[in-house]
Amino acid sequence: MKHLIDIKDLSVEEINNLIEVAKDIISDEKKYSHKCDGKKLATLFFEPSTRTRLSFESAMLSLGGEVLGFSEASSSSVSKGETVSDTIRVVGCYSDIIAMRHPKEGAPLVAAEKSTVPIINAGDGGHNHPTQTLTDLLTIKSEKGRLENLTIGLCGDLKFGRTVHSLITAMSRYKNIKFVLIAPEELKLPEYVKKDVLEKNNIEYCETKDIEEYIGNLDILYMTRVQKERFFNEADYIRLKDYYILNKEKLKNAKEDLCIMHPLPRVNEIATDVDDDPRACYFKQANYGKYIRMALILKMLEVK
Amino acid sequence: MNIDSIKNGYVIDHIQAGKGMEIYELLHLNELDCQVAIITNAKSQKTGKKDIIKIDKDIPIDLETLGFIDHNITVNIVKDDRIIDKRKLNLPEKIVNVAKCKNPRCITSIEKDLDQIFILTDKENEVYRCKYCEMSLKRK
Repeated sequence: MKHLIDIKDLSVEEINNLIEVAKDIISDEKKYSHKCDGKKLATLFFEPSTRTRLSFESAMLSLGGEVLGFSEASSSSVSKGETVSDTIRVVGCYSDIIAMRHPKEGAPLVAAEKSTVPIINAGDGGHNHPTQTLTDLLTIKSEKGRLENLTIGLCGDLKFGRTVHSLITAMSRYKNIKFVLIAPEELKLPEYVKKDVLEKNNIEYCETKDIEEYIGNLDILYMTRVQKERFFNEADYIRLKDYYILNKEKLKNAKEDLCIMHPLPRVNEIATDVDDDPRACYFKQANYGKYIRMALILKMLEVK
Repeated sequence: MNIDSIKNGYVIDHIQAGKGMEIYELLHLNELDCQVAIITNAKSQKTGKKDIIKIDKDIPIDLETLGFIDHNITVNIVKDDRIIDKRKLNLPEKIVNVAKCKNPRCITSIEKDLDQIFILTDKENEVYRCKYCEMSLKRK
């Protein structure tokens, strides 16, 4: 039985295969509408995340399966002091597959060690969020037609932003990828990611505080939100939250075929005047999220 | 200074000066009823000063924990007043319940009865990371 805890759990071949299945689902969704008849997905969200949970639930419902679960810890036995290990052992009796979000880093790995059914990590604190990365990869492949030969700008919170770390890890396995890291001093990409991923794989990268400095070189601009929940000090959050606001004016030197992405939800980091720009891909990205999760559920349930 | 020689047991030698007590505690040597001697700041040709621990009993020694603390340590095994074996230590691939993850966001901070496990992820720089949250372990 396979679990998905970290994007590194999947080989490049497996990722490419998931993307192919997702694209096939997009081209003929009806063909897949009964693939999971009689199967149940449990969505265990120990912290709220409407978007990710609905995406998983929509994916399973679109495959003909059913969903059960909870959307916050207060409505589960966790509020009575139950451990993750116990919760998972019980939920495994009632479901065929589990998507789990937890505020504590490593919780899905604890779950996977005890589970009798496949576990999908739907986000664990500031650590991993592999299905967001798969969503990002499907978006890039669909919008750019390739996962190689790309210059990718990552902007905003590169320190705590798990989606950024996972995307760097995943994209570093493809050929001729360059990164432009755009962040204020306090939110720069951690040294260990630079050393263990970028430098180890000889990936070219540069760092800047100015979003416009390299915007003309980018094939992809990946914006991120500065997340309040990752700060222990509110004053730091307030000082940094609006450091970058992407608007039409800042895009004037960008390529015609730039792909602007954002894992959502956004707050102020992308002005709404960008939404109608054909280069804005972030709502499409949310849509791709459902299809890649459908492909993932099929794979993990070993449904042909 | 006189310290009795040991008949059957161990001489843990070449301990970095000042780390003797840490090892004494980690190996739970305070729980033994035999003679245990800790010599601190003994003369060393290699490093100037070193600590030494002598244990006058044949007990199971956790070589992995010792290797994690300092893999330059030598463990001499003594039988019938003679050193019969010298064990060199390696950095263990994994340590269990030797150190605690300091990340307040880590699941190990709340999950009951979960082992504290660290994995050696970078041998060259001796970096261990928490198995669960992957935060690196700050070594003393």
